[in-house]
Amino acid sequence: MATFDLNDDSVVCIIGSGAGGGTLGNELAQKGIKVVILEAGGRYEIPDFVNDEWASFGQLAWKGMRTTSGTWRVAHDFPNLPAWIVKAVGGSTVHWAGASLRFQPHEFKARSTYGAIAGANLADWPITLAEMEPWYAKAEDKMGTTGTNGIPRLPGNNNYKVLEAGARKLGYKEVHTGNMSINSQPRDGRGACQQIGFCFQGCKSGGKWSTLYTEIPKGEATGNLEVRPNAMALHIEHNAQGKVTGVVYVDAAGKQQRQKARVVAVAGNSLESPRLLLNSQSAKYPQGLANSSGQVGRNYMRHTTGSVYAVFDRPVHMYRGTTMAGIVRDEARNDPKRGFVGGYELETLSIGLPFMAAFLDPGAWGRSFTSAIDGYANMAGLWIVGEDMPREQNRVTLDPKVKDANGMPVASVHFDDHANDEKMRNHAYRQGAAIYDAVGAVRSFPTPPYPSTHNLGTNRMSANARDGVVNKWGQTHDIKNLFVSDGSQFTSGAACNPTLTIVALSIRQADAIAGMMGRKEI
Amino acid sequence: MRKVDARAKVSRRVFLQGSAAAMPAVAAGVSIDAASAWAQDAKNLSPNTMATLARMARDIYPHDRLADVYYVKAVAGYDDKAGQDVAFRKLVETGVAQLDASAQQRHKCPYLLVAWETDRVALLQGVEQGALFKKLHGDLLVTLYNNKEVWPKFGYEGSSADKGGYISRGFNDIDWLPQV
Ligand SMILES: Cc1cc2nc3c(=O)[nH]c(=O)nc-3n(C[C@H](O)[C@H](O)[C@H](O)COP(=O)(O)OP(=O)(O)OC[C@H]3O[C@@H](n4cnc5c(N)ncnc54)[C@H](O)[C@@H]3O)c2cc1C
Ligand code: SF4
Repeated sequence: MATFDLNDDSVVCIIGSGAGGGTLGNELAQKGIKVVILEAGGRYEIPDFVNDEWASFGQLAWKGMRTTSGTWRVAHDFPNLPAWIVKAVGGSTVHWAGASLRFQPHEFKARSTYGAIAGANLADWPITLAEMEPWYAKAEDKMGTTGTNGIPRLPGNNNYKVLEAGARKLGYKEVHTGNMSINSQPRDGRGACQQIGFCFQGCKSGGKWSTLYTEIPKGEATGNLEVRPNAMALHIEHNAQGKVTGVVYVDAAGKQQRQKARVVAVAGNSLESPRLLLNSQSAKYPQGLANSSGQVGRNYMRHTTGSVYAVFDRPVHMYRGTTMAGIVRDEARNDPKRGFVGGYELETLSIGLPFMAAFLDPGAWGRSFTSAIDGYANMAGLWIVGEDMPREQNRVTLDPKVKDANGMPVASVHFDDHANDEKMRNHAYRQGAAIYDAVGAVRSFPTPPYPSTHNLGTNRMSANARDGVVNKWGQTHDIKNLFVSDGSQFTSGAACNPTLTIVALSIRQADAIAGMMGRKEI
Repeated sequence: MRKVDARAKVSRRVFLQGSAAAMPAVAAGVSIDAASAWAQDAKNLSPNTMATLARMARDIYPHDRLADVYYVKAVAGYDDKAGQDVAFRKLVETGVAQLDASAQQRHKCPYLLVAWETDRVALLQGVEQGALFKKLHGDLLVTLYNNKEVWPKFGYEGSSADKGGYISRGFNDIDWLPQV
């Protein structure tokens, strides 16, 4: 395993080791480029994971203070926990469920497909599905996505069987166990899924793809990648010409360090990446780095979500087996006749009893609530993943008052649902309940959104520098050797889980960075 | 399909290893009663306060399948906390006093002795925005529902990797769905 000197200014310094950063690090290392990844969290390997929701949350989640505002219900239910994401080596790919979907063609063209929508700041991506297809193919191969590359789909669990039966009764056609980056058979040195059912708590079998035990050790094996855990980046520095020169971070011992770098790539997830850019303001860049457009932190998206849980008169035991065990895709199309633009997926979801008590209907009490919990064994559940509207005022800013232990202002997240989001969510609640009613549900619950797991858009891609933060390579419009490599690049959210696209973009970006370095452009 | 055995199995070993939130040991077979030993044993809060907390806990999250002992366990930690934190102790005592006062007014007896759950719930609705209710309501999500002893009573099986996952333990054993 390599270690690089703090003064080695030939390295690419990546901030964050999740879907975006972990993948970029390995891809660059494979090309012979020296990489240092700074990761704020600790390194927990598979044996460290625990099948216990709260204990695992305590181990892996980002628990640092954040503040919220806006009309979204999360601000009311979880005012200091706007997002449910990981702070550990591997980032949120330790928690993630594995659903891996490609965008539909129109989803790269949100503005031209949906038109000008009042109160939304829609834009087209500067790339198309056709351009992304080869990169999606590489990502699916890397991650071992079921239903691609001849990899069989996973078997359906109880929760899936209920969804499938109800969906087919309603006439839905595209219903299957999904495209999951979970091994249905041994592959790439990892075993097959054992249907453990704690996908969100870190997969104890290693069947589920995570940068923690795929990209990162592969990169380390080249001798070109060093991952520094417990290294929290505070700000990015630049020289008189405006090019970035390194990253100041706090190490495990609480000491400030400076890693010099030839290129810096920010991949801290969509709340922390803009926070870091904004916190790097200087005399030359008073609004923060890469922010001449004023778009850093804006257009925050989190998908239009919600869950439907339903109770039956007989047992389901939905928690047995993969957490996200299947999907209904029929509503993912763009069909404004439904009263909203964009579409949504319905995906099975199960949470254990402790999380069910916390999330089913936050704030509720009394028999209406407890009789629902009494039905836990007879419950089936699904999660809504719909495209939400980017809005300029939905944004991450530096909290003016609250600071973390290092004196860095915390991320403050403002979000108001757009009318389109609300119409879509209500439509999805009705369809979800109808699926379960079709197979005899006795009661169903339109469960409000959890703290955000899909955080997107706060450093978005744009063809034109004034509309966004990065270009089609994730390179910031303002600073040539500064890149964004995570979900914050998303111009629009699409009706699908984001990680496959994040990984595909990172593979593509690694090629671009290597080319630019080779040509001495950066 | 494989069912989960929900019968009470009070195993001290499991309980002690159990929930990360250190829960004080309370003997099984207790009931919510100020005269009972567990309430009398409290060091910092009065027996009436302890029993009222447990009754409030049951009225906030009433599960007829759960014996009183789980509610008693869920609030038992408040006694220690009251010993360490004066402000917390005051919050609890004032909250209980308020609830008792409104019970006296409406029913001529303390909260604990109000006979019908509906009447007690009406009293709780009156203090729902108060500090004690909010604290207890939030804490119970962990002290009640994260107690591994209650999980099987809801048909939740907990940790599964140590048992080889569900691949051979019924992940797809549902047998009552209509054929499609
Ligand atoms: C419970 C759950 C289920 C999910 N299921 C799915 C799914 O099925 N399909 C799907 O596509 N997506 C899913 N997701 C979302 C997916 O995990 C994320 O979209 C994806 O991991 C985001 O990648 P990222 O690179 O943007 O950030 P992350 O993977 O979150 O990585 C960011 C990393 O950066 C680190 N970091 C942040 N700030 C700093 C700093 N200042 N210095 C150093 N390090 C820093 C963080 O600690 C973190 O490790 C799920 C997420 C959760 C939480
Ligand atoms: S269900 Fe499969 S993917 Fe999920 S944690 Fe278990 S083994 Fe891993």
